[in-house]
Amino acid sequence: MISRVARRRLQSHVMTGLTVVAALLALLPLFAIFADLVLKGASSLNWDFFVRNPPAAGATGGGVANAIVGTLLVVGVGGLIGLPVGIGAGVYLAEYPHTPFARTVRFVADVLNGTPSVIAGIFVWIWVVRPMGHFSGFSGGVALAVLMLPMVTRTTEEMVRLVPQSLREAALALGYPRWRTTLQVMVRTAWPGILTGALVAVARIAGETAPLLFTALGNLNFKTDLLQPMQTLSLQIYVFATSPFAAWHRLAWGAALVLMAMVLVIGLLARAVTRSRLTDG
Amino acid sequence: MAEALPRLEARQLTARFGPTPAVRDVTLTFRANTVTAIIGPSGCGKSTFLRCLNRLHELSRQASVDGQVLLDGDDIYAPDVNPVGVRRRIGMVFQQANPFPTLSIFDNVAAGLRINGRRSRRDVAEPVERALRGAALWDEVKDRLDANPLGLSGGQQQRLCIARAIAPTPDVLLLDEPTSALDPIATQSIEELVQELKRDFTVVIVTHNMQQAARVSDSTAFFYLGELVEHDVTTRMFTAPSEARTEAYVTGRFG
Repeated sequence: MISRVARRRLQSHVMTGLTVVAALLALLPLFAIFADLVLKGASSLNWDFFVRNPPAAGATGGGVANAIVGTLLVVGVGGLIGLPVGIGAGVYLAEYPHTPFARTVRFVADVLNGTPSVIAGIFVWIWVVRPMGHFSGFSGGVALAVLMLPMVTRTTEEMVRLVPQSLREAALALGYPRWRTTLQVMVRTAWPGILTGALVAVARIAGETAPLLFTALGNLNFKTDLLQPMQTLSLQIYVFATSPFAAWHRLAWGAALVLMAMVLVIGLLARAVTRSRLTDG
Repeated sequence: MAEALPRLEARQLTARFGPTPAVRDVTLTFRANTVTAIIGPSGCGKSTFLRCLNRLHELSRQASVDGQVLLDGDDIYAPDVNPVGVRRRIGMVFQQANPFPTLSIFDNVAAGLRINGRRSRRDVAEPVERALRGAALWDEVKDRLDANPLGLSGGQQQRLCIARAIAPTPDVLLLDEPTSALDPIATQSIEELVQELKRDFTVVIVTHNMQQAARVSDSTAFFYLGELVEHDVTTRMFTAPSEARTEAYVTGRFG
């Protein structure tokens, strides 16, 4: 007969084992994707890949310089619009949490957060692309901004609310006006967290494809004019992967690897920001 | 002491959270350069009363204040008075030390000086040193003024908060249970400091520790259920109070 202690120890080992298995299963697809991308994409990477534009359909060689620059521009526009508005709205929600307007904004942000990204594309197509008369990198940026807005708003709100109220009182008791208390104490203390949330949101939108189909559209040529249709890595992958040409397939694998690497770098940056907060604090 | 001028006066002060009064009809005078202790059991309204004296209470949700608080004869609740200006003349130290974690030790003390317009480090170096000396912290931090304040001990952090509060040389200093989170040695150093502070400031200290009130204050006010029961010279409050409830509380029969 096993003693009670031995049985408990056995139970503990079994449960620990199950959680380890679950963790490994969760990691499996991630590593599988990453390994696949490296195996199939790394061979596409060379100097031409980064500085040349795609070859004509069926031809070989070339690269995705247009898509790399396009991704940076479209995501840049998205960030320039989405981050200030989202951070501002988040600070408002944290500082005036109980007003009816704040409740409405919070509710709308949560609904928007759960809206499929293709809806954002159609919305921007109706309100930006159609009035302009043509697809453009700018409208793609607007679509990405719409997507990141609720994410940035809510994470900013959470981060500012994590700042202890005792710091607000310390500032007010010193004679800080309300706006200085908000900006110089609450937002400043929450800033590393806000920045982390912003970077995570940028990483999220960098890989978006659906909303860009209706807005940035894609372009096989190198464009820096935001008013022209513009290529991004995600659109490039979509078009090339569904084409019948082997050379384009290779470029799609390479583009996927580069996109993943970009997201990885942003993620590492976010972690670095978080860590600096911990050591400062 | 009794001859000193009234610096701060609460008149028929009532403070509410929603419809519920937390402080009822309190009239109390604080004389210049004295230490007044406010004692009473938990929930008696002593902290709420203190927060009315620098217009901090009204910032809580659904909070409201009726009555007057006169600072050198002028009502700080008069309609044309800016509460921000009031708070610059009445400093406050809280129960939990709350230094700004994003600012260095130096910048924490300089914070209150910089909102008044003086900016450069050279401009504020002298008042910052004076405040840190006043808070008996200078010798401990003079070599690490640029360090993060969260590296200080709890008692040091609380003295840093005192330095931050006195740096802009307010008229009145409000202390809300400043030692309740500190060990006995840190508590003793703060209590000694309070004795020093009354030379330059009018001090009001809320405490749940009656021995502390007896040690540091010139006069003591006893609050119970939101009302001021009795206010008198500290020695009389602890030896021969006129109210039965005061006597019951200071002798430890309830609270």
